[in-house]
Amino acid sequence: MMSTDGSPNYGVVPSPDTDAYSADVLAALRTDAEQIIARYPRQRSALLPLLHLVQSVDGYVAPRGIELCADLLGLTGAEVSGVATFYTQFKRHPNGRYTLGVCTNTLCAIMGGDEIWASVSDYLGIGHDETTEDGMVTLERIECNAACDYAPVVMANWEFFDNQTPTSTRALVDDLRSGAPVTPTRGASRVCSFKEVSRVLAGFHDGLADEGLGAGPASLAGLKVARLAMDRESVPEADGKGKAKK
Amino acid sequence: MSTQLTPILTRFWDDPQSWTLATYERNDGFKALRKALAMPPADLVQLTKDSGIRGRGGAGFPTGMKWGFLPAPDGGPRYLVVNADESEPGTCKDIPLMMAAPQLLIEGVVITSFAIGCNHAFIYLRGEVVHVYRRLLRAVEEAYAAGYLGKNILGSGFDLDVTVHAGAGAYICGEETALLDSLEGRRGQPRLKPPFPAVAGLYARPTVVNNVESIASIPAILLHGANWFAEMGTVKSTGFGIFSLSGHVAHPGQYEAPLGITLRELLEMAGGMRDPAHKLKFWTPGGSSTPMFTDQHLDVPLDFESVAAAGSMLGTRALQIFDDTVSVVRAVSRWTDFYAHESCGKCTPCREGTFWLKQIMERLEHGKGTQDDIDKLLDVCGSILGRSFCPLGDGATSCITSAVQYFREEFEAGMNTPAAELFPPAASTLFAKETVSA
Repeated sequence: MMSTDGSPNYGVVPSPDTDAYSADVLAALRTDAEQIIARYPRQRSALLPLLHLVQSVDGYVAPRGIELCADLLGLTGAEVSGVATFYTQFKRHPNGRYTLGVCTNTLCAIMGGDEIWASVSDYLGIGHDETTEDGMVTLERIECNAACDYAPVVMANWEFFDNQTPTSTRALVDDLRSGAPVTPTRGASRVCSFKEVSRVLAGFHDGLADEGLGAGPASLAGLKVARLAMDRESVPEADGKGKAKK
Repeated sequence: MSTQLTPILTRFWDDPQSWTLATYERNDGFKALRKALAMPPADLVQLTKDSGIRGRGGAGFPTGMKWGFLPAPDGGPRYLVVNADESEPGTCKDIPLMMAAPQLLIEGVVITSFAIGCNHAFIYLRGEVVHVYRRLLRAVEEAYAAGYLGKNILGSGFDLDVTVHAGAGAYICGEETALLDSLEGRRGQPRLKPPFPAVAGLYARPTVVNNVESIASIPAILLHGANWFAEMGTVKSTGFGIFSLSGHVAHPGQYEAPLGITLRELLEMAGGMRDPAHKLKFWTPGGSSTPMFTDQHLDVPLDFESVAAAGSMLGTRALQIFDDTVSVVRAVSRWTDFYAHESCGKCTPCREGTFWLKQIMERLEHGKGTQDDIDKLLDVCGSILGRSFCPLGDGATSCITSAVQYFREEFEAGMNTPAAELFPPAASTLFAKETVSA
């Protein structure tokens, strides 16, 4: 389907027109794309990482990104667009430097996610999938992010901020907007930009894997209990009860 | 005798730099692989069958049997795909496992690939956990450098490549055939079964799709033996698993224990309810897609058979605990929003059904339900359950039908009174005390 000015129209939300990639950006994208495609036995499997890759340049899946993916994989723009629009991490309009995701699935919502959402949405004056005027923060209600034992959870560019409160989340937003250093609870030592994180998700390691914790306190809760029990059993002489059962 | 915790997968998570190969090797890492490479692959499949391990991703299908379903080699490729798309509400075990101990998964992947004759394995990780993705990428790099991946692994002649693939946000991709479509670069929509992935999976080739925790359990089974594993747990639900406690419990977190442990035992280990003044109201045994339980079910052994006999499913052992400050209507309404949002749209019962369930639940939550809303809810659930393409639709009905069964009066109240009036939300929050004292 074509819009009135002849450019492809991929969805209901009009995208701002984008110029073609400059020659050097295009060359770099093609080099990266070659590496991505080489990871898979069949090239179409490269589509999701390629979409992450074009987001790492454009900050969203722009029409030119769709055209590039289509060209690289021998698909039509409609086929690529059909895939891109299925997944919530692929953005249809320019994303802020940081995506702030507040989990409002049942458990986090009840543990305070709803209060956090209301507070931060009010504070920033924006709703779901909207971006602050300074282009710094895109706010999202997110679904369960597999950290329920740290509820309520907030994600900043897909790094974990555990056990949040409305106050802590507002402070996080302030720091993100002012450029103050921000450290996830479990993650890298800093929160990378949306574009940087998109590049990682395309499969290009940024060398930050060794930063941060292995496991947070809740992840270790059972191990701690088990260790205490084992310690009790390993001093059997003290209470005269004999050796621990093998 | 009370059940004891069994830290096996979780045992070195508190090691500084637990995620590195060096730490893993200090903790028996890759010993099982050396053992495996000296065995005939068929023996590895048999050992896994003998252990009795059942899939840890929710459905509980016997892992060894799944491997055994692959047709005889025909010279073409066969694939292992690890389902690391953990997204079921309440489920939070695979993500911390891969964050803390990614090498455990890598070793399991190599052993499993060798057992099934796979030379290219994939780990499909949900895309919303960037640091876990970094850890997996790094773990794969380290394993290649040490000769545990690549050509001629440890001089055995066995070759294996591993690709760690990041998804892009879609709950449905946790369903194995939707995951395969997504991995092929398509919209993540489920496929009709049969053919099952064992026969026609990734690129229509024989494929095993296993959950992270299932694969990560393989090295321990190999190292200690099938009997060691089968002696834990119950007769039909053998071994250990990670139980994830969340919500209104004093110490939420991961508790690794033999299957068959009860919530009463787990709650005791986790310090009891968050606030002793508020008693347990309802809980999920295995994520939001498993029918909820109440305080009547504290002593149900958490194994596949006992939980099924009590009317639910063990699922992913995601124990979301809610105390009596919580409106069950509000909880169910939010889960229903989730299913409506995540329905992939492929089949009509789920796409349309979840849409209508959401409207009705919203009315009830806001005290604007009509006389026949409860009947209508159950009727719509009846039109989805067993009639949708994949288990997402079934899961959407579980919380509703079980909640109506146990708490019908709260749904009736939803005809007149908003849930927030009956159960002020502020009392349920983590920072409830902070708010009250402020």
